[in-house]
Amino acid sequence: MRGLLALFLGLFASLTLAAPAVHEYRLDNGLKLIVKEDHRAPVMVSQVWYKVGSSYEHDGITGLSHALEHMMFKGTKAHPAGEFSRIISQNGGRENAFTSQDYTAYFQTMEKNRLKISFELESDRMRNLTLPKKEFLKEIRVVMEERRMRTDDNPQSLTYEQFMATAFLNSPYRIPTIGWQDDLDTMKVEDLRHWYQQWYAPNNATVVVAGDVDPDEVLRLARRYFGPLKPSDIEPVKPRHEVKQLGIKRIQVKAPAELPYLIMGYKAPVVLTIDKDHAWEPYALEVLAGVLDGGSGARLSSELVRGKAIAASASAGYDAHDRLKTLFTLSGTPSRGHTVAELEKALHEQIQKLKDKPVKKDELARVKAQLRAEKIYQQDSIFYQAMQIGILESIGLSWREAENYHKQIQAVTPAQIMAVAKKYLVDDHLTVAELVPQPIDPKHPPRHGGGNHVR
Amino acid sequence: MYANSGHRTFMQMFTTRVLALALVVLTGTAQALPAIKTWQTEKGAKVLFVEASELPMVDIRLVFDAAAARDGDQPGLATLTNDLLDQGADGLNADAIARGLEQRGAKLGAGSERDMAWLSLRSLTDPKLLEPSLALFGKVLAKPDFPEADFKREQKQMLIGLQYEKQKPGAIASRTFYSKLYGDHPYGSHPSGTVKSVKALRVADLRAFYKRYYVARNATVVIVGKLTAAQAHKIASRLADSLPEGSKPSPLPPVAALEKADEVLIKFPSRQSHVLVGQPGLRRKDPDYFPLYVGNHTLGGSGLVSRISDEIREKRGLAYSAYSYFIPMKEQGPFMLGFQTRNDQRDEALKVLRDTLKKFVAEGPTKKELKASKNNIISGFPLRVASNSKISEYLAVIGFYDLPLDYLNTFTDKVKAVTREQIRDAWKRRIHPDKMVTVVVGGAVDGTKAK
Repeated sequence: MRGLLALFLGLFASLTLAAPAVHEYRLDNGLKLIVKEDHRAPVMVSQVWYKVGSSYEHDGITGLSHALEHMMFKGTKAHPAGEFSRIISQNGGRENAFTSQDYTAYFQTMEKNRLKISFELESDRMRNLTLPKKEFLKEIRVVMEERRMRTDDNPQSLTYEQFMATAFLNSPYRIPTIGWQDDLDTMKVEDLRHWYQQWYAPNNATVVVAGDVDPDEVLRLARRYFGPLKPSDIEPVKPRHEVKQLGIKRIQVKAPAELPYLIMGYKAPVVLTIDKDHAWEPYALEVLAGVLDGGSGARLSSELVRGKAIAASASAGYDAHDRLKTLFTLSGTPSRGHTVAELEKALHEQIQKLKDKPVKKDELARVKAQLRAEKIYQQDSIFYQAMQIGILESIGLSWREAENYHKQIQAVTPAQIMAVAKKYLVDDHLTVAELVPQPIDPKHPPRHGGGNHVR
Repeated sequence: MYANSGHRTFMQMFTTRVLALALVVLTGTAQALPAIKTWQTEKGAKVLFVEASELPMVDIRLVFDAAAARDGDQPGLATLTNDLLDQGADGLNADAIARGLEQRGAKLGAGSERDMAWLSLRSLTDPKLLEPSLALFGKVLAKPDFPEADFKREQKQMLIGLQYEKQKPGAIASRTFYSKLYGDHPYGSHPSGTVKSVKALRVADLRAFYKRYYVARNATVVIVGKLTAAQAHKIASRLADSLPEGSKPSPLPPVAALEKADEVLIKFPSRQSHVLVGQPGLRRKDPDYFPLYVGNHTLGGSGLVSRISDEIREKRGLAYSAYSYFIPMKEQGPFMLGFQTRNDQRDEALKVLRDTLKKFVAEGPTKKELKASKNNIISGFPLRVASNSKISEYLAVIGFYDLPLDYLNTFTDKVKAVTREQIRDAWKRRIHPDKMVTVVVGGAVDGTKAK
């Protein structure tokens, strides 16, 4: 089958690459359906995205979105606890779910003719979750184990959690998605019921299907299964714009560890928060991140990991597609014989250089070439294609932003990179967190020592 | 969205319901298979090629029997050798190599585990981009310089990596588990070595290792992408035949069975204990492959619906992740069961794990369970070869382990044919719950000190 299709698509590919077939629909109850055709293999992925995540939460109820995601597998009247996973498994499917700051998503990857099964189960749990208390009491313990594994026993994650809670004062991005332990301890099944009623409705959801499917058939199935669901009155979440930061913030995190770790984050705008006159800025920040960390030939690897060999690892991070004002981050671990303070200084020098000198032509060309290639490589995964659509729709942009993103990236100039470096990568908007290793075995303190002073 | 940037990896950004275990398990049905072409290059490298012309890109991978199992008495040697390949080649330094590829949007990959070491290239097929990328890739493959300064830096990096491992209880458990399972067998050699062994490595050791193992007769070349067979022939020869012919290394010794149960408890100031239980398990070409693999699907290999996850997580809420799996290797790779749980729950969870295993070995799957497992494996097959990157991973396994070319075509039939009796028989003969290694890494319980 693959071979035959390949012949046909081979002739076709170069024409369709720029504009892959994407179909967008909205049902009467407000549910949005987006179908992306990819006929390379007889498989499909079905994803349901809800516009809710930890950035919709507030103090005292942190971790609700994620705990609810767990409970979504604990049954409806029609399909009691465990049944969902059993049915998907019997049909050769793979399923999972994930929660982030800005969204919660559920997916099944299956052979192409089984979309109906996914829709039947997903539409049922969109409105009919039973949330039995008995199941909740077990599942919240699973969530606590997840927290221990991901955060409490992982010194870098622990540092990141405290870093975010320090960098953001009133923005909900300060909230860890897994939730604070204390909030998990006091969470009740009624809290989840309330959260479910508040956010889980067809008019707060986007269904994305990618793969070897016929869009008309997908629409027909969507109407049949999701169509009868009643919409809710969705009260938009309050914006809680982060207050202006008035000076540098620094913290230390002392935890059992062998290696120190540094994270620096500058407040930065995103596509959704920037005004029209400065619409290019988030894209310039994306390219700036690429200049620093776009592969092994980029500045951080070349100059800090090799070159001066100050860093064992160093990276830059920025996402123009966060929902709220975000952070442009730099992070890393010093190499042997170097301190966190030296690493921080070297990272500051990198920022200064971006402000002082325009990025060279070939450097910029390299970043752009990589992004152009990446756009093709991403099409090797139907999951990724669906995920990109789901993210953009869920944060409140359109899936069309993916195309716009590439156009904007290719248009970024050296002067623009310099301008955003000067405007946003400034000390008054900086938060710095340092992991200060504490002995794992008190008899053998870590070699790096705990004495790296903070300037 | 920027692809290469950021410490906000998937794991940190999201918290997911199930921890995905990235395991390559081969299965197949006849109807959706890629057509594999195979041949040998002049110098004896085996080539596997699949034409996938939908996207203007190609994945190229060279796999060598040049990983930790070949470390001998120098643990870490294979990994460090592999690390150094792109740090200087044919007079070009690491910057020039990286930038030369990146300016064409090409991606270089490299890695070394216990059986397999590899180098890979992903590139667009536009000749203006592919040609220069291939030229650079060829240099990294066949003309690495092993510069002294880069060697010293990478050696230090490896030592830092070892130190990093020491702050991760899961990594400590895994290292201990392998060493207990394999003792002096080559699989006991950890790919990242030890502080002592890594410090003792010299450039000359790396050069000698490279010369011995990175040779045409020890290579499998995998190509998947928008190329004709003729183009693939040319590329395979150009790459593999730039290496000396050399020879295949001698086979690894068989793995000795464990004679008795062994338990290790390592104290660590974590809130959870990481627990691993197991024994040597499956070879890639094992006569019991199917009954063991299909059986494990029911026991602990099918995520949340498997017995182990059901008992430990779903029924009791004791762990986020609880599983069992085989890692089939040239010789017997591990059969591993595990979970992580709050320190004071570990004895309870460990008892549930052991009871679940014992019951399964004694009774095998129920009729219903076996049917469910077969359904999952067979209906889910098309997912396993649904992208170029997945196909190239499978081709690497088929080539490297000398599996028959119709391996995928016959796989589902073999799964279908497995009976409950065969599963019970194989599990009883091969899996010995009373002679397993148990490794626990974790904190003290209720103020009492862990031993």
